[in-house]
Amino acid sequence: MPSKLPLEGIKVADFSTQVVGPLTTKYLADCGAEVIKVESMYALDLIRVTIPFKDGIVHPDRSYGFPRLHTDKYGVSLDLKHPKGPEIAKRLAAWADVVIESFTPGVMKRRGLDYEEIKKVKPDIIMLSTSNQGQTGRYGTHPGWGFQTLALAGFTHFTGWADREPVGIPSAYTDYLAPQFAVIAILAAINYKRRTGKGQYIDLSQLEVGLLFLATALLDYSSNSIEQTRCGNLSSYAVPHNAYCCKGEDRWCAIAVTNKNEWKTFCQILGEPEWSKDDKFSTPLNRKRNEAELDRLVEGCTLNFTAEEVMVLMQSKGVAAGVVKSNKDMWTDPQLRHRDHWPLAPPHPVLGSLRCPLPPYKLSKTPAGIRMPGPCLGQHNEYIYSDVLGFSNEEFVKLLNEGVFK
Amino acid sequence: MEFLLGSYRVLDLSEETGWLCGKIFGDLGADVIKIEPVGGDPARNIGPFYRDVPDAEKSLRWFAYNTNKRGITLNIETEEGQGILRRLVETADFIIESFPPGYLDSLGLGYSRLNEINPELIMVSITPFGQSGPYKNYKATDIVAWAMGGMMYISGDPDRPPVRVSVEQACFHAASQAAAAAMIALHWKESGGEGQYIDVSVQECVNIVNFPEMYFWDAAGYLAHRSGARRHHANITQRDVWPCKDGHFGWRLFGGRLGAKTNAALVEWMDEEGMAGFLKEVKDWQTFDLGKMTQEEADKWEEHLIKFFLQHTKSEIFNRAIAKEMHISPGFTPKELLEYEQLVERGFWTQVEYPELNSAIVHPGDFCKFSETPLQRLTRAPLIGEHNEEIYEKELGFSKDETILMRERSVI
Repeated sequence: MPSKLPLEGIKVADFSTQVVGPLTTKYLADCGAEVIKVESMYALDLIRVTIPFKDGIVHPDRSYGFPRLHTDKYGVSLDLKHPKGPEIAKRLAAWADVVIESFTPGVMKRRGLDYEEIKKVKPDIIMLSTSNQGQTGRYGTHPGWGFQTLALAGFTHFTGWADREPVGIPSAYTDYLAPQFAVIAILAAINYKRRTGKGQYIDLSQLEVGLLFLATALLDYSSNSIEQTRCGNLSSYAVPHNAYCCKGEDRWCAIAVTNKNEWKTFCQILGEPEWSKDDKFSTPLNRKRNEAELDRLVEGCTLNFTAEEVMVLMQSKGVAAGVVKSNKDMWTDPQLRHRDHWPLAPPHPVLGSLRCPLPPYKLSKTPAGIRMPGPCLGQHNEYIYSDVLGFSNEEFVKLLNEGVFK
Repeated sequence: MEFLLGSYRVLDLSEETGWLCGKIFGDLGADVIKIEPVGGDPARNIGPFYRDVPDAEKSLRWFAYNTNKRGITLNIETEEGQGILRRLVETADFIIESFPPGYLDSLGLGYSRLNEINPELIMVSITPFGQSGPYKNYKATDIVAWAMGGMMYISGDPDRPPVRVSVEQACFHAASQAAAAAMIALHWKESGGEGQYIDVSVQECVNIVNFPEMYFWDAAGYLAHRSGARRHHANITQRDVWPCKDGHFGWRLFGGRLGAKTNAALVEWMDEEGMAGFLKEVKDWQTFDLGKMTQEEADKWEEHLIKFFLQHTKSEIFNRAIAKEMHISPGFTPKELLEYEQLVERGFWTQVEYPELNSAIVHPGDFCKFSETPLQRLTRAPLIGEHNEEIYEKELGFSKDETILMRERSVI
């Protein structure tokens, strides 16, 4: 029987920065893959220099975001712009089964590290490039961050109220939906290589992956010429369907009533107020027609309870409801706590013990775990270059003195 | 042609929460059999519909997320149906389901039972809150999962309730994470391991999207709240979404080297049109420090910038952004996406034939481009029970008479 970490044995040279690549390799590393994060002090990963920092001191090893996105990875520093940088990068690629990178399309080629070049040192390499809009096409090289792709992919258009400007999703949204597709693509390619011996190149466009999440609305346009738009919290098949204000400051509970039985139960939970028997709300169609009024009446009830109370009252009778949880609430969420979704990682040299998220799936026989926090810049240079890649002491020191490992 | 996962079979018992998971396997070339209750999956009745005609065979959501699957109907609440499912499990590599925790167990179709039949089986369960814990029996629709995962609290205008995304999102995070988990389990199985059970919680999948806000609380005690099109950065609140003449676009003002190129190019453009005003006072964008900006200044900048943007269309702004490599992207609508040259040039949009409708519909295409092994070309989602004969008669060996009787007894 093999090890209990499902991806043990997969070796990944990770040249990616920011979120999509790092989250992809975090998932792989938490499941046992051996991942080497390759970075340079001359081109720091944006997350290393993004707030919040320990004690507010700006330093690549003091960002609270970075170590959580890089759990279970080794970290080496390497200056790809140094004359000897690409050669060392190729030695890493030759060691690896998988190379992943997220530069603006064209950068790896300029460094002599594109797929064609890497194939020369490792013919069966699997290489994945992730970028905003893919490696080809007229706008492939346009630089972009996730919060831009969010607008480009249509998510901004679809978030907010019909009578107001769009608000967008307050997240570099596509950064958090692309990584799972990268994991799928890499593992499918490894599976294929196992059977055929062939590696391959994978081009992931965060825009294109994002569009899968809007496919129904896109089909409504492509087949019906109907241009859907944002509609607040309205649902085509549920009413009431909104976030309702509850007791306390800015406290809300989301409720969705999807059928006749649930409506009946919902009214019982509210104590069957007079208005609930009004003809205006007697059928789904009538409730839809008078939805704004219905929302106000429902809120008149929910305001008497805490959001937690409303959730429990509804759920105990089988009506879907949930507290609109803040980032603070999430840390004490009993469900996430019970499932230990953010376990405490072993201490980071600078930041101490941090809670880091597990991949959002539990495999019964080979569960993922967090064994290391993300590395400090160049933390594993000696181990990786000497012990893993087999550089002699002499060579390592020479390259070090030449400034390649910066 | 050999596909990535051409030799694997997936039984997709899932309701809409899991549809995308099965579709991903179908796109990778696996033989995916969608198993619907007799009469069809109830979610087929949710709109929008083709030509706006409500019909279980015309659901656009069904069309979108069930391509590259075969479809059979089976009543797993009958003993006979359970027997048939167990037979199908013998030759399956994966089974995907999204029923409430314990439901399949109660039918004698839980993992422990199916694992006895096929120790190699990888079973994936997708539920709102997972198989264990105090909320495991809680129900969730999209809005509830978005709320409980932490994404909703921070979305929307401050003077209105928190909002979700108008097109449902939570289930797609869960379904794609479930597919990734199944691939991880497959890798282990093929490395000499065995089958196993995978528990996916929609709440946890949404929570990952909220990742930065999570550590902002933990590390800095910062309570994120909703502020419309604006976001909190450093000490100020400023826009991620900007209005222009005919819509909106995405851009964030950064200081230092991150923003220098874009900021300089933008002010140069504004200056050409005599609208740069006080922005010309910034002499060096490389050293421009957003951290020193007060909210009052940020508001003044915003007002000034918006005056300029409202003079220009999305496409003017985008063309300028392309020419000057600025970190700005237009906010597209579905129509604009369908027409976007970048997607057209990459061959992203895929025409899918619908012979029954005498029509073809354009779908989003491949989730990745593979150099060796293209994804399976999209074939339309199955009709209700479309492959019953193929599976029950040709594969499982039931006679025509038997399947007729099974249909009469509402087993299939």
